[in-house]
Amino acid sequence: MSFTRGFRSRGARDTRLPPGQYDTGSEWPVLTAEATPTLSTASWTFVVDGLVEQPSRWTWEEIQALPDSTYQGDIHCVTTWSKLGVTFRGVSLDTLLSQARPLPSATHIVASSFTGYTTNLPLADVTGGRAWVAWEYEGAPLPVEHGGPARLLVPHLYFWKSAKWVSGIHVLDHDEPGFWERNGYHDHGDPWAEERYQGD
Amino acid sequence: MIEASQPGPAAPRVGPWQQSTVVRIRSETPKVKSFRLRLDEPMTYLPGQHVVVRLTAPDGYTASRSYSVASAPDGSQEIELTVERLDDGEVSGFLHDELAVRDRLEVRGPIGQWFVWQGDEPALLIGGGSGVVPLMSMLRFARSRGHSDLLQLVASVRSPAELYYATELPGPETTILYTREIPDGWPRPAGRIIAGDLTGEMLRAPQVYVCGSASFADAVTSVLEAGGVPDGRIRVERFGATG
Repeated sequence: MSFTRGFRSRGARDTRLPPGQYDTGSEWPVLTAEATPTLSTASWTFVVDGLVEQPSRWTWEEIQALPDSTYQGDIHCVTTWSKLGVTFRGVSLDTLLSQARPLPSATHIVASSFTGYTTNLPLADVTGGRAWVAWEYEGAPLPVEHGGPARLLVPHLYFWKSAKWVSGIHVLDHDEPGFWERNGYHDHGDPWAEERYQGD
Repeated sequence: MIEASQPGPAAPRVGPWQQSTVVRIRSETPKVKSFRLRLDEPMTYLPGQHVVVRLTAPDGYTASRSYSVASAPDGSQEIELTVERLDDGEVSGFLHDELAVRDRLEVRGPIGQWFVWQGDEPALLIGGGSGVVPLMSMLRFARSRGHSDLLQLVASVRSPAELYYATELPGPETTILYTREIPDGWPRPAGRIIAGDLTGEMLRAPQVYVCGSASFADAVTSVLEAGGVPDGRIRVERFGATG
């Protein structure tokens, strides 16, 4: 390892920070590639389709009526900031998938947004209590610049996987790169393995 | 709107970590410096791409941040990064206060295959504050190839003292908007970007690149949409806190 002349660490590092990440503190940087959309909950829907027994669609009222679920923990952006100890509320993807019932051949999903943004994830990473459709942040409605009215939340992966303005997931029997994944970013995106870019 | 089926542009992909040597440091404004690095290994990149800088302490602790490349690809093994010093910025503070010519610096790049300009299509570039940096790479690229007629660059800054690349940026293809303080005799009053700042020719550009803070990017995209520019022509790079 080669050191940078004159650079010193600032004391003990928070063990919640994956390698190469820093604590952004109270800030929550906004990083998106497209214009921020205006979405009405009146016409909002969430769709689960593809390789499922029961293709399903929920309106805003319907998804809010499902048993809710809370995530408390950390989020990690590939641009090297992490935000520690945050709280989101929404519905577990398990709840939605238990209604849609993926076929035995299902292995991956592609999540889509109302903006056309897409991102791919292994099915195993969005089941077992590790993924949500989230509409509340710290007890208040999720702000539009952070993906409101609702975003995907997959906090154990880099945050570009947590698609803002999410409109649905499509279940597949193979992996199909999404927007950033076609643009050089990793297909999986585990921050603890530093899976930042294709080839990492 | 991002076209989901659109393949990414054919932009160079990220390479491995490598070392570089600082060959020049220049002050752009009181809080902004440009660092020219000679890379140990060649790096092919396009205007708009960025690199990650990694600092390593003797105890193994590392700190990394992304910075846009300000220079234009010129076939040399040198790149230039322009960095704003943030209050309490762990990396930007080190680069400004400690890094010296002949020091070694670890970098990785190029990163980003979306906010890139290939150099052959007309484009409108709108940058706020440090958001002008990747656009400057595009402008330098166009000028170096004698194609500056392809680009129109609008730079929004608070005051004349905070204008990046003050001696190089002004030209027939650039427009400077001051938001708080104007030079003596400047025809446009100080203020944020409004529809009247963008000409019909600008709004017809087939591709628009917007770079700056989240609030700047949202304000600009609103002005563009009001001017009839479809979302699909707008590419946005939002700069968050990158201390």
